[in-house]
Amino acid sequence: MKTIQNKTERIIGAEAVVKCLLAEGITLGYGYPGGAIMPIYDELYKYQKQFHHILTRHEQGAIHAAQGQARVTGEVSVVFATSGPGATNLVTGIADAQIDSTPLVCITGQVASHLLGTDAFQETDIIGISTPVTKWNYQITKASEIPETFAKAFYIARSGRPGPVLIDITKDAQLEAFDFVYKKCNGIRSYTPAPTYDIEKIKEAATLINTAKKPMIVWGQGVIIGKAEQEFKAFIEKCGIPSAATALGLSALPTEHPLYVGMVGMHGHYAPNVLTNSCDLLIAIGMRFDDRVTGNLNYYAKQAKIIHFDIDPAEVNKNVPVDIAVLGDVKETLKEILPFIIENSHPVWHDEFKALYQKELEAVINPQLNPSKEGLTMGEVLKGINNETKGDAIIVSDVGQHQMFACRYANFKQTKSNVTSGGLGTMGFALPAAIGAKIGAPNREVVAIIGDGGYQMTCNELGTILQTQAAVKIVVLNNGYLGMVRQWQELFFDKRYASTEIISPDFVKLAEAYDIEAISVSKREYLNDAIAKMIASNKPFFLEVIIEKEDNIFPMVPSGASVSDIRLS
Amino acid sequence: MEAIQKFTISVYTENNIGLLNRLSAIFLKRHINIESLTVSNSEIKNVQRFTFVVKMTEKNIKKIIGQIEKQIEVIRAFFHTEAEIIYQETAMFKMSTEHLYDEIIQERLKLRRANIVTITKHYFVIETTGSKEDIDRLYDRLLPYDLLQFVRSGRIAISRPKMAISEILKESKEK
Repeated sequence: MKTIQNKTERIIGAEAVVKCLLAEGITLGYGYPGGAIMPIYDELYKYQKQFHHILTRHEQGAIHAAQGQARVTGEVSVVFATSGPGATNLVTGIADAQIDSTPLVCITGQVASHLLGTDAFQETDIIGISTPVTKWNYQITKASEIPETFAKAFYIARSGRPGPVLIDITKDAQLEAFDFVYKKCNGIRSYTPAPTYDIEKIKEAATLINTAKKPMIVWGQGVIIGKAEQEFKAFIEKCGIPSAATALGLSALPTEHPLYVGMVGMHGHYAPNVLTNSCDLLIAIGMRFDDRVTGNLNYYAKQAKIIHFDIDPAEVNKNVPVDIAVLGDVKETLKEILPFIIENSHPVWHDEFKALYQKELEAVINPQLNPSKEGLTMGEVLKGINNETKGDAIIVSDVGQHQMFACRYANFKQTKSNVTSGGLGTMGFALPAAIGAKIGAPNREVVAIIGDGGYQMTCNELGTILQTQAAVKIVVLNNGYLGMVRQWQELFFDKRYASTEIISPDFVKLAEAYDIEAISVSKREYLNDAIAKMIASNKPFFLEVIIEKEDNIFPMVPSGASVSDIRLS
Repeated sequence: MEAIQKFTISVYTENNIGLLNRLSAIFLKRHINIESLTVSNSEIKNVQRFTFVVKMTEKNIKKIIGQIEKQIEVIRAFFHTEAEIIYQETAMFKMSTEHLYDEIIQERLKLRRANIVTITKHYFVIETTGSKEDIDRLYDRLLPYDLLQFVRSGRIAISRPKMAISEILKESKEK
């Protein structure tokens, strides 16, 4: 272990917490104070010149903001909450971060240790509650445990496959004085962050890749988390293989790249979904074969050999049995495989993708982007945003139809530009996540795409925008429905629209109440000007677009169907 | 469908609060019942050993092992079929002393190599160690005699194949 700072000083636990954060390079956190975490907040007050705290309007907002920041920076973000309800309000965000591999350190206050287990005021067993959804968690009851626990927490959160860690600190531990010294953690004997790659597996994989006639790549967020975008690009450009992204893999490769063939999955692009069941080799890179990606597993790429590059051994053969598993950090394995790859371009195979893309273009994409009907479509809003931002924006989407439109139609030029709740599908994610994204990447344009349903789950965070002036551009696509559920009701429940029609307040007035400039557009002729005005603003901005009420997102792999049975309408 | 069979899982871990929760949550998540569970120290100082008995398919047990090993404080997890382990359970029976000289009971205890560990004026206590089936059989025999108390342990098992934890720990130290 390397000693970063080995000067011992006598301080209380709460101050030690702040010093640990500073030692880890953390100078900003999100949170909400309360009784059991007051000693830490008192230290945050004293350290306000070195550490910036952002007060959200709800703990869920704090953790989603931290997620947004972590996703655009690739670094650990920090959240504070008090005991009891403060801690339980974090749970959705923790679960979201766990399933989407987002590095977080959550710090919760806890009742004093002599009160543990007595049903004390604002006591909950947050260790028990958060265990299944954290990469690691720990309850500190003595101040002397603070330095080592924090060092371990940051190491665990950021290393290997990242994830959320929760540290619960009793109030007496926060107040107890002890001799503080901080040592960074650089290893835990029971934990291997990334398996060492096996060069033989890499050679075997290269042989399969070099001999395949119809190979296809599906990449996921692992490429982004592993900071392996360059290695990935070099690899696909050398082997010339058509490459499709999962929703969370988007933006690792520019949308305009000639080898990019679209998104896979339930509402992904037609060609990569159909051809998953025609390829002779499927190369999965940093992805986990989520059911929304694979559809019915009994009909998923059965004809193909499968190679799986991943850092997490537990993902191999979890959903899809693979022929070769290349375990390890993709930044290393993709670099190592490159010399063994023979240059290729697969022109005939690419033509198959192009032909199917044409079909999708005519049946789905053109009617979305250049509609002849009166009602506005979500696709044309995305097109307008692309035109104004030139694909340089970070797109933060919520959950539902608009999310899939955003993933399908947003242009991405830079990596870490698609922030969305993928695995958990948390409605209400986007507004707070966009705040965190803007704070994490202040020089980038951040556009939040949100439905009228999800927006009302966390629009209290407009207060956080008011207080921080984070220049987030909020686009609410309002169709008066919980659109994705309504679409399923239309297609699979004989249009019984059970509780999916949603009445909304005047969103413009609401935004204006928070001193945010706001426009609502319901006619095509005003759309592009409104988007231009929004993007030109250097302040927070709210744009509501009234969307045709019963528009559907297509293509679609119906639940239980094979990916190649994807419907265009 | 792949056959469901009985597996014994041995998990070597650090000795930390909350790990039991973390491990049992993995079974809970997949709706798997834990048939038996024993936690003890292991052959290595400060390393705990969890012994789970579960019934599932071989395909799924491999996935579960992966998810167990992924937990930060788990050093290594192994699964074994019945043939790959030597295993035992312990049980205790408390009975009224009026049955002490019952010939059938005496016969049973001899056959099972069970021990009488305590005799008082009012009750006596029998202890036995054996397979689950051995204990089940004795239980069935003694049940008609008004068992005052009955308790049995979870399975403990030693594997025939090697589980080289010391080597693994040494390796990780060198890294």
